[in-house]
Amino acid sequence: MDLSAINPVLLIASLMVAATPILLAAIGELVVEKSGVLNLGVEGMMIIGAVSGFATAVESGSPWLGFIASALAGAVFSLLFVLLTQVAKANQVASGLALTLSGLGLSALLGQSYVGIKPPQMGMLDIPLLTDLPVVGPILFGHDPILYLGLALTAAVWALLKFTRAGLILRAVGENHEAAHALGYKVIRIRVLAIMFGGACAGLGGAYISLIRVPQWTEGMTAGVGWIALALVVFASWKPWRALLGAYLFGGVTVVQLNLQAAGVAIPVEYLAMSPYVITIVVLVILSADKSSAPAALGRNFHASR
Amino acid sequence: MKLTTLLTSAAMALGLATGAVAADKTKVGFVYVGPVGDGGWTYEHDQGRKAVVEAFGDKVETVYVENVAEGPDSERVMTQMALEGADLIFTTSFGYMDPTINVAKKFPNVRFEHATGYKTAPNVSTYSARFYEGRAVQGTIAGNMTESNIIGYIGSYPIPEVIRGINSAYIHAKKVNPDVQFKIVWAFTWFDPAKEADAAKVLIEQGADVILQHTDSTAPQAAAQAAGNVITFGQASDMAEYGPKPRVSSIIDDWGPYYVARTQAVMDGSWESVMTWDGIGAGMVGIGEISDAVPADVKEAALTMKAALADGSYHAFTGPINKQDGSAWLADGETADDGTLAGMNFFVEGIEGDIPQ
Repeated sequence: MDLSAINPVLLIASLMVAATPILLAAIGELVVEKSGVLNLGVEGMMIIGAVSGFATAVESGSPWLGFIASALAGAVFSLLFVLLTQVAKANQVASGLALTLSGLGLSALLGQSYVGIKPPQMGMLDIPLLTDLPVVGPILFGHDPILYLGLALTAAVWALLKFTRAGLILRAVGENHEAAHALGYKVIRIRVLAIMFGGACAGLGGAYISLIRVPQWTEGMTAGVGWIALALVVFASWKPWRALLGAYLFGGVTVVQLNLQAAGVAIPVEYLAMSPYVITIVVLVILSADKSSAPAALGRNFHASR
Repeated sequence: MKLTTLLTSAAMALGLATGAVAADKTKVGFVYVGPVGDGGWTYEHDQGRKAVVEAFGDKVETVYVENVAEGPDSERVMTQMALEGADLIFTTSFGYMDPTINVAKKFPNVRFEHATGYKTAPNVSTYSARFYEGRAVQGTIAGNMTESNIIGYIGSYPIPEVIRGINSAYIHAKKVNPDVQFKIVWAFTWFDPAKEADAAKVLIEQGADVILQHTDSTAPQAAAQAAGNVITFGQASDMAEYGPKPRVSSIIDDWGPYYVARTQAVMDGSWESVMTWDGIGAGMVGIGEISDAVPADVKEAALTMKAALADGSYHAFTGPINKQDGSAWLADGETADDGTLAGMNFFVEGIEGDIPQ
């Protein structure tokens, strides 16, 4: 065992990268669920974002265009869910699962000609002086721009939900759609926008995996990250900062356990491998002891005549 | 005509293939553990399938199902294939071993071929390649080229095939560089690009400048490329798109000739249950081109090793070799028997860390 082989600075820097796809998807889903819609299609929207972002980046040579395309593709793909649940009033759980399944299949089809290709690289943030600082530099100032976008989104969603009228309306729709409707708010329209925002965020998260974290395209490459993001939203009690904490915790323990393995720590690998899930759940369950509950209308379809 | 429907479920992606049975055609099924586009293990098996189609044309019909989870669910997929009239089914991952045996019992007239396992039945053959011979060549290059003397190894599952590879690579790296140290990370997956990339990054952060992988995606190659001064080896497939650096060489699985021969045997009625285990000599294990990033003398040593393994004058496990706990395994000049190799569950002396049990 040689713990000195683990460099804490690099460890923190890489846990931030590992956590970002989960964070992006979770923040999007959090907004969706706050509006009273349960979209289980996060995984599907992520993988669609991953493949379209990758394809666009490769064809155009610009990772930025790739990310924009991934957000658009995620949002457009979520319209399928909108059509099923908001227009046709289908069951949200089944529709979400359908979204995931079709997303995985469709992405495999779209991505066939992109296997084994290297995408253009996105430059790291490089601020002279700041990035060169010891310890703080690599952790705070040495990442790609999308990682900071994830953090900014978290802050923005938190502020929006807590301080703005728009956030209040969104929450009202999620808590009691009849009341919100009676007050004259367009329940369906608000939910559609929330779902599309969720789709865009999931798409970004997917593209982060295919363009930065891995970076390459392979079928099924999101490998369950969307499901983790979904679970995270629940365990985070629908609170943005807790989702951030949960994502960083999950990313952190994932990276730490690999580090411990490589350093030869004598803990059975099976325990290390399950530790990210266990630790994240335990911490968030303890945090959620304040009885904050799910949006009351979560998963219920709204029809103005009823 | 073939109609392939892909059903992907939340409990891992599954698929099932349906096809009209034409009586005069030999129908060959393939069960894959990853997607055919993984660029590694499953990709090469699918190349083998294409070789069968190429060789027999209209006389053969092939079906395949990708992303089949190891374990009970694979049994369902195999049963489905057998019910649809497959004459020969290749199950291409270690974890399909017991399911293959179970399904084979129910369909005595269907022939099964299980890759990398050790259980046979009258209608089940096993086939595998001596990847450890390729690992010996890799170890030689890795031991010579590492500057930090730390070699990172991404293991998939702690099964004999993977352990053999680690031991073989270590023995040969140690032979050319006594200071070499192996850091091993178990990914517990055959295919998860994000996890493989993480594992590679962690190993690089901890000082490894050579990454060996026993997982199927090219993600570790990409991670090594991003890190700069790190070399890697293609796994299962050539992965030449990452050459000449970080990928300096590779182990290539060549299943095509075997698949063609076995399909032919079914057509002739000469099929028998066999245990095939071929190496570099028989062409089942190929060594991808050693790139210019490798110094000429190292390349020379690697090719000499390859030639000796191919003509049988050298065995990758030749004594004296001790087990990890220091007890004697092979005496001076003694070579390992296939039985021990097939069930290998111990590290050799010098490797740190335990095998997860």
